[in-house]
Amino acid sequence: MRPLSSFVLGAAALAGSALLFAGQSNVHIAPDPDNAGLKLPAGFGALKVAETGGKARHIAVTPQGLIYVKLNRLKDGAGILMLRPKADGRATVASSFGNYGGTGAYVKNGYFYASSDHAVYRYKLNANGEAENPNAPELLVRGLKVGSQHESKSIVLDNEDNIYVNIGAYANACQEQDRTRGSKGIPNCPILDSAGGIWQFKANKLNQRYPDGTRYATGLRNVVGLDWNQQDNQLFVMQHGRDQLHDNWPALYTDAQSATLPAECLYALKKGDNAGWPYLYYDQLQHKKIQGPEYGGDGKKEATGNYLDPAAAYPGHMAPNGLLFYTGTMFPAKYRNGAFIAFHGSWNRSPEPQAGYYVVFQPFKDGKPSGQFEVFADNFSGSAAKTASGRADHRPCGLAQGPDGSLYVSDDVKGTIYRIVYNAKK
Amino acid sequence: MNRKQAILALTLLAGGLSLQAQHRPAANQRSAQAKAKTPAKSAAADPALKASLTRGAVVYKNVCITCHQADGGGLPPINPPLIKTQYVLGDKARLSHIVLAGLAEPIEIDGEEYKQHMPAQAYLTDQQVADVLTYVRNSFGNKASAVQVAEVKAVRATLK
Repeated sequence: MRPLSSFVLGAAALAGSALLFAGQSNVHIAPDPDNAGLKLPAGFGALKVAETGGKARHIAVTPQGLIYVKLNRLKDGAGILMLRPKADGRATVASSFGNYGGTGAYVKNGYFYASSDHAVYRYKLNANGEAENPNAPELLVRGLKVGSQHESKSIVLDNEDNIYVNIGAYANACQEQDRTRGSKGIPNCPILDSAGGIWQFKANKLNQRYPDGTRYATGLRNVVGLDWNQQDNQLFVMQHGRDQLHDNWPALYTDAQSATLPAECLYALKKGDNAGWPYLYYDQLQHKKIQGPEYGGDGKKEATGNYLDPAAAYPGHMAPNGLLFYTGTMFPAKYRNGAFIAFHGSWNRSPEPQAGYYVVFQPFKDGKPSGQFEVFADNFSGSAAKTASGRADHRPCGLAQGPDGSLYVSDDVKGTIYRIVYNAKK
Repeated sequence: MNRKQAILALTLLAGGLSLQAQHRPAANQRSAQAKAKTPAKSAAADPALKASLTRGAVVYKNVCITCHQADGGGLPPINPPLIKTQYVLGDKARLSHIVLAGLAEPIEIDGEEYKQHMPAQAYLTDQQVADVLTYVRNSFGNKASAVQVAEVKAVRATLK
């Protein structure tokens, strides 16, 4: 037995290292000659995997390399596309299903999870990564609150069969009159009972509603990008910071301040954490949690109370819609266990130029953000002028990692699916 | 001149140019139209209109620009455009009502659905509402009659 098992072990190790070698230095996917229009660091290339024509929100890639795309609105009656890549990496739509729009998409342990704006579903995958019953998903969670803003129910799983669901606050700052000049904040913001946080449900239990879940973290205005950090075994989320400091409080903020503030924040969450929305916002220039003007703040007064500090802070309004911890080996070592963030791009920096519309890389060290973020993939918009005006050709939204370590990015303007590779054969 | 003023000046200039350009065709053509639809007079020929447009541009910059953008194009899928839509060019009472009372129902423009509520701007005076709507109806490639203070006042009277 012993010689045989060590032979098997040796053969497996050999095969493993061969695969590793193939992954690192001999990527057989040729990028597009123009790198799909993206600007990337040296050594990286990109290709357009598919032009789906749908509002492609979050995406998930199976271990077999199939790509699931969640559409925000139905396209030809379907809210989910499954793309099957050919040998050259370019893909066609192999199947479409799901009669609901939405954002969430995640693959784990043989299931594809997807969300509408008020429910979460899962689909059992067969050995090829295909949904076994695409027209009969299992309904995991239903009855989630949804308003007319921050509707996305982004999802991610931990390693203990829990699913985390963002339930965005259906308001800007919990004012008596939403987004209205001078309107005060409602004391003990009632929205927080059922939204403005991350809820935890079981990933394998059907028909759950609010009472079956736990408000895992609160005081989060709206989270679209979120991911489970395997190194820390912890949930990280990107919050969309509040809007319109100048519009609603012109005596306290100039429009230039309002364009930059507040920060878009990365939070490392533990159960029971409170990030402080709507009572405060994070000022990345003062490095302080500042009392919101709706709750008596003046732009300088620091917030009091037991509220979470961000793990990292980014310029305002850039709309972080995707977060992904990179665990692959295709990219150079510095990217391993660091975070990619897809900034969908701002709308409320006018009359200042808009910003974002790119994917950035946040270096991590020992499970914590370390150093400044760097722009990784730029020019989704098509030009600097299109970024400044907000008239972007494409807007990055979802991120996923392929089995070979490729980085996939979705675009919810034209539905383009990008694949970014390193050290590919030209 | 700071960036804000520059954008404002450019917007005003563009608005003025398009007004002039649209009125360059022969006068007889225009009089035919005038009988049919009484289009807005050119700002150059109408000092009151010109003043209203100037004041309206200031209100637009202070109140509307964050969402609807300097070029009036909005930013899908959150903020609707103000360019050549019936919401802007159509019924002036409905348009005034949107500014005074806000808009809390989803609307669809060119196949895009806009759900984010427009907050009420009832703190603006009737004059400010008339000015900014006149400006919006005659900017960004739009061309429509001016909104009068009396029209805004009448709509405000219907609100509680």
